[in-house]
Amino acid sequence: MRLMIGKIGLAKIGEWFDRRLQLAAPIREAAEHPVPRNTASWFYVFGSAALTVFLLQLVTGILLALIYVPSAGEAWSSLQALNHQVALGWFIRAMHGWGSNFMVAIVLIHMVQVFLFGAYKFPRELTWVIGVFLLLMTLGMAFTGQVLRFDQDAYWGLGIGASISSRVPIVGPLVVKLLLGGPIIAGATLSRFFALHVFVIPGLLIAFVGLHLLMVLKLGINEWPMPGRIVRRATYEREYHALTKQEGAPFVPYAIWKDLFFAGFIILAIAACAFYFGPFGPTGQPDPTIIQTAPKPDYFFLWLYALLSLLPPAMETPFLLIGPPLAILALILLPFLSGEGEKSWKRRPIAVLTVLLIAITLGTFTRLAQFAPWSPHMNAWSGDPVPDRFIHGTTALERQGALVFQVKQCRNCHSLGETGGQRGPALDSVAVRLTRDQFIRQVIQGGGNMPAYGNNLSPAETTALVAFLETLHPAGQAPARDASREIVLRESSQKAPGTQQ
Amino acid sequence: MSTKPVIAPSTDATISRRGLFMKLGILFNGFAALVLAVPVVGFLLSSVTRGRASGYLSWVPLGPVSDFPEGETQLATFRNPYVMPTDGKTVDTACWVRRVAGDQFQVFAINCAHLGCPVRWFQQSGLFMCPCHGGAYYRDGSRASGPPERGLFEYPYKVENGLVTIQAGELPTPGATIASLTGEKPPCAS
Repeated sequence: MRLMIGKIGLAKIGEWFDRRLQLAAPIREAAEHPVPRNTASWFYVFGSAALTVFLLQLVTGILLALIYVPSAGEAWSSLQALNHQVALGWFIRAMHGWGSNFMVAIVLIHMVQVFLFGAYKFPRELTWVIGVFLLLMTLGMAFTGQVLRFDQDAYWGLGIGASISSRVPIVGPLVVKLLLGGPIIAGATLSRFFALHVFVIPGLLIAFVGLHLLMVLKLGINEWPMPGRIVRRATYEREYHALTKQEGAPFVPYAIWKDLFFAGFIILAIAACAFYFGPFGPTGQPDPTIIQTAPKPDYFFLWLYALLSLLPPAMETPFLLIGPPLAILALILLPFLSGEGEKSWKRRPIAVLTVLLIAITLGTFTRLAQFAPWSPHMNAWSGDPVPDRFIHGTTALERQGALVFQVKQCRNCHSLGETGGQRGPALDSVAVRLTRDQFIRQVIQGGGNMPAYGNNLSPAETTALVAFLETLHPAGQAPARDASREIVLRESSQKAPGTQQ
Repeated sequence: MSTKPVIAPSTDATISRRGLFMKLGILFNGFAALVLAVPVVGFLLSSVTRGRASGYLSWVPLGPVSDFPEGETQLATFRNPYVMPTDGKTVDTACWVRRVAGDQFQVFAINCAHLGCPVRWFQQSGLFMCPCHGGAYYRDGSRASGPPERGLFEYPYKVENGLVTIQAGELPTPGATIASLTGEKPPCAS
């Protein structure tokens, strides 16, 4: 009885509000709009998952802002306080950090799904274009968020951003000052990245997400692509109408339960990662006078880090300045260039190959960047010992050469016994490839990617070093030798016996 | 009662009194926006315009000549001339000072000429190496290998009353400086 009164009371209150707000009818209409039956699929959950993670980021972001101080002098210590002093601060930081990784990943997966299912075609071109901007903003949030974690990586990452921007012709240096908010990376830089990360980009994101969703409601969700069902501007809307209004089912509850389950799963997955792996950083203090650091970007920019190391120097600036605008333009033009035709990935081999190619390229670069073979190992010369087997049974000269090899920091770029840098080739069996003369030339003049050491080695050091390098060959394999030289030496010794003792 | 609007939107070329006022109102707000835009844009660009007025570059001391042994290269730090109260530790900048001989110096920016990571000096091999993308430079700052397209940035220096002073204050970046347009000397001309 009491329950019934309560229910009636609640209904009355609801009515009172709705008479004034008049929102119940449009909300019900939106929730129960008919969708094609085959869209109630696990492939269709990534859009709502991206929205879920975005909302999660809004909540955890606001929570972090309760403690975080956007000041170059105090940001780092406020992060330390979050990690160690404020109860569960570490967990909220970890949720926000892992949430950002998940968000970039889910947005990319959503984009791939939309691309492979042909959902960008007529009449959903604008939905796709807005989606492209949403992707750019998500990446913008990831980069600006990395800056707010104001540590060594953030500081030098800003330097890299400034160096790239400075290469824009004519206005480059102006762009740098605009980006940094001053002549150097300092307080004003952090403040403006805070404004971008907390006000500007989220504001735009909310507006664009709203438009994106509105269009999904107005135009309807993309039907499951069937091979051979061709999109034509003249007939598509009629065909879609048949799929929804006649054969369709209401979105709530027919399709939404899968979205709900996946959203819950993603939130728990982020929480689990946050709990087990903890927050990201902060690494060392953002003190520019501490130079013993090897800055690396966050996970989703690692491919760029690899690319910047591996591109030929002359191609780098054109690639950086022309590549991104071209890629964005291609994405925006896509629905206008192929707005009609096949939707199914089964009939679009080039689309599938494009996705595979991009995924493999990005994956390879990301993997490479995780161990950065192009970076010298700064401490290898003092930290990595020459393995015993390389100096066992060597002469005094060769052993002296091993010392030169170590002291002159050759190990920073060359590995021996699988320790040391990987910038240059491994030298375990280098004597099989190079003769004595080639060693001397390479050491003194450099070449390829190797600096010249002529000014830094005395003749005695060079002799010792080359003597050591000549011992670096497998036991059963003879070192490289210059056959013509032996003939020349033999001939000259025959002509003048006694001079070649 | 008629539900027709009191004043129908004019379909012909004649302009109604209220229509004119609406247009004037829009124009008036456009004018107000323009008036406001001047200070707003001025504020947004302040970090750029100040740079053009050469407010950022100054001569800053690194220390007495005797601090730098001849023939050696060592790290020095200086306080950036342009400071804001919220800068914290970021105002201190490092640089590599090479005393060639006597009063002859080379002062290199810490930032790699590739993408600005901090380069480290290796005395024994006589090389600067960058930890990020593997750039390397010789002791005189010239390019040795790796992705950089040029040598290390050099600060202009002078020695006065036994004190080494450099002209600094801007982050050295590989792009061409705007100084060439304003007739200023670029901060790190090598």
